[in-house]
Amino acid sequence: MLGQKESKKICEDVLLRAKNDAAEVILSFEDQSLTRFANNYIHQNVAQRNVTLMVRLLLGKKMGLATTNRLGGHGLDILVERARANAKISPEDPDYPGLPEFAQYVAVDAFDQATAGYSPQQRAKAVGTACRLTGEKKLNGSGLFSTGTNEIVVANTLGLFGYHSSTNGDFQIVVTAEDASGREQGSGWRVSDIPTESLTRAALQKAEDGTNPRQIDPGEYGVVLTPYATEDLLTMLNYYGMGAQAVLEGRSWMNDRMGEKVMSELVTIRDDGLEPEGVPMPFDFEGVPKQRVEVVKRGVVHGPVYDRITAQKMGKTTTGHALPPTMRSLGPIATNLFMSPGKTSTEAMIRSTERGLYISRFWYTRLVHPRDCVITGMTRDGVFFIENGELAYPVKDLRFTQSYVEALAKVETVGEETRLLTSEFGGQATRAPALKISEFSFTGLTA
Amino acid sequence: MQTLMNRALDLAQSAGAQYADIRVVENCTESTHVKNGVVESLNFSDSIGFGIRVLVNGAWGFASSRELTAEEIDRVSKQALEIALASALVSGEKVDLGPPVSSQGTYATPVTIDPFTISVEDRLGVLLVADAEMARVKGVRVRQGNLVLIREKKWFANTESAFTEQTIIETGGGIVVTAVGDSEVQTRSYPNSFGRQQVTGGWEMMLQWDLPGNAERIANEAVELLTADSCPADTTTTVILAGDQLALQVHESCGHPIELDRVFGSEAAYAGTSFLTQEKLGNFRYGSELVNITADSVSPYGLGTFGWDDEGVEAQSAPIVREGNFVGYLMSRETASRLGKVSNGCMRASSWNRIPLIRMTNVSLEPGEWELQDLIADTEEGIYMATNRSWSIDDKRYNFQFGTEIGWEIKNGTLGRMLRNCTYTGITPEFWYGCDAVCNKKHWNMWGTPNCGKGQPSQIAHTGHGAAPARFRNVRVGVYKQE
Repeated sequence: MLGQKESKKICEDVLLRAKNDAAEVILSFEDQSLTRFANNYIHQNVAQRNVTLMVRLLLGKKMGLATTNRLGGHGLDILVERARANAKISPEDPDYPGLPEFAQYVAVDAFDQATAGYSPQQRAKAVGTACRLTGEKKLNGSGLFSTGTNEIVVANTLGLFGYHSSTNGDFQIVVTAEDASGREQGSGWRVSDIPTESLTRAALQKAEDGTNPRQIDPGEYGVVLTPYATEDLLTMLNYYGMGAQAVLEGRSWMNDRMGEKVMSELVTIRDDGLEPEGVPMPFDFEGVPKQRVEVVKRGVVHGPVYDRITAQKMGKTTTGHALPPTMRSLGPIATNLFMSPGKTSTEAMIRSTERGLYISRFWYTRLVHPRDCVITGMTRDGVFFIENGELAYPVKDLRFTQSYVEALAKVETVGEETRLLTSEFGGQATRAPALKISEFSFTGLTA
Repeated sequence: MQTLMNRALDLAQSAGAQYADIRVVENCTESTHVKNGVVESLNFSDSIGFGIRVLVNGAWGFASSRELTAEEIDRVSKQALEIALASALVSGEKVDLGPPVSSQGTYATPVTIDPFTISVEDRLGVLLVADAEMARVKGVRVRQGNLVLIREKKWFANTESAFTEQTIIETGGGIVVTAVGDSEVQTRSYPNSFGRQQVTGGWEMMLQWDLPGNAERIANEAVELLTADSCPADTTTTVILAGDQLALQVHESCGHPIELDRVFGSEAAYAGTSFLTQEKLGNFRYGSELVNITADSVSPYGLGTFGWDDEGVEAQSAPIVREGNFVGYLMSRETASRLGKVSNGCMRASSWNRIPLIRMTNVSLEPGEWELQDLIADTEEGIYMATNRSWSIDDKRYNFQFGTEIGWEIKNGTLGRMLRNCTYTGITPEFWYGCDAVCNKKHWNMWGTPNCGKGQPSQIAHTGHGAAPARFRNVRVGVYKQE
């Protein structure tokens, strides 16, 4: 780790080189390790350490960017001069509102010393237990166990300085039988919150229960989604429409729906950067303090998250959801997303279902059409037919093509427990419950 | 450089490693993004770092760092060894790398015009002129232009005395236009989906693509798509796929399932496995006899073209499907030796801080005999679909569903009305059995896919796919039902 003092010094060294020009620096430190296993043994085991500096330099309304991981020698001089050279060439940017001013942040707890110091031997021990358990059942265990430390610093020539350090852990396991599989995942910033052994046992159980799957016809089915499947709904709705840029460009599922009740009143979705039950971070990549945003409240669309550029264009106030300037075309997105839990257990959801499908997970989901957030994808790692309130038998994987907005309009019950999951893209955190949905459209079969 | 690299290898060997390699990678990327006439991002990015891979007691360890100093080389080498020892605590069969690799030499991407010699003003000029052309079309909501130039220098050494040095240059560019109507959003891209076409090569390709000359056309198409008829709902018909869409079809339904690490289960928890299991090699009909697919790392402009892979194995060409029969995998040293074969040079890492994985090089459908005009004239009824918009495939690469930005109805041998929201779905071998015509070399192009995800931690690879338009019979289309 660099620590607050050292990282502040690096940022000051960069900003000094901007001389009288306005500039902003984003420092990102990562020290990440990941142990990967397949066929009940460790086959990949890696570590990386890196520091990246990104500078945005402004000459009036002309903006240039430069990025490097060379901190020594003339690295910082070259970095700032390249940003300046790019700014000189750029036409004026009428949309950029200028640097944000000094802000004070609410400290959020997201660093755990035990996680930061987690060793390859400790990861191997947990993975070894998982592999032993799967091996004893003559099944095949695959997955990963990762731990790491991150620091993010945002500073600018108006005196803004934000420092945030965090740790992370993630355990994923897929247990594969001849014709079935089960998967579980646990994420968190405290590695001790991840119950690797019980996750392994749950994945094992699902793989055993899933053997001899039957083929069923595609069509409309009621579904009970685990939190893993619900997380996909939230992630896709986030990427394809919870940000103000998507609304501004007319491609969001929120367009023409603001203030309308388009989902079940059981559905409440919020983003809260300060909430420690997710993966909190006190400020965004411009150094703006994060605000809690009600995205959907009791089924009513409240509005997107904003950064300063979209807020200015739309006459709103930023909610602190800016991405780094190199990702500006994506616009702001939610990063610590929560769907409010309900009062029903997953078992009760199944008991109350006469005929439907229990879906463990969605896979390879992609946008088919933006305005209704129509998504296609596959089921994976365990689908079970529900008959008369019981998991009657496993079924083979299915392809679905379904509007996620309409799916959330048909929510009948929401699970009482939530699970924290980090996205494979960019580390966004989502805490999601199980859902029971009255109708979901399955459009194809696979082998 | 070589002294530092040898220091790592010596340290690893003296600590008991059976094998070690080190890669130093220096990457310089210059990217530009223009949206609605505003230069949103003009970025210069450079990075350097090294990764050390060691094999101890038959188990792997890898560690990496950005600091290229003797002290850091020592720390990271020791870390890689410690990690390998931890891997050995939960080990499988001892890794066998097969015959040693001792490649020596230098390689550089051939370029006619070095893109880094083009001034930033001139680069910006291309995008701004294209933007102005798109802006002339009424009804357009969002106009975007992208340029990406990459120069990556890579040094590789191993304990088997290999030492190679490579400079790979990539040039990428493209324009995207979005039109928005009542509850409808339509996008057109040029020359390829998702922001850009990309090749190993120089500025000569940017000139050839002629972004400004195609800007107004795609803008008009995006607007026209808003009110075009929908793709027929849930029916089976004949489909002709344009080269840009077929390239992604090859990537997803052939390129990924022939990765031998997937076959052996290494990606089971994430990217998935493969329906092309070992016993099918040489014994499985993948497609019709017109289907010939080759993996190579030598084709001009391919994003999978290089001198040596990241295990030091020389670039080469390998048959994958011949006259419809499945005959080859993409292999690493370790996986090839499990089949009693030698690597065909497909290990690639996305950067210095990632291990090499089996990745596609240039996996291409060989050209056939047809002129496109004749192929359309020969088609009584069907849909011509172009430019990918959506792609999804199951974890064994069997069931797929694609959407395209645009389609045209084919009736009685002529292209007719424009169709929006085209989708098609199928099962991989059934789909390729249905291939009854492939266009000739004149219509064949090397397409770039610079966004191929695989591995944990995630790696984004740049892969190439040569393809010409081809015809497929009995394809299910219109999965997405519309009002």
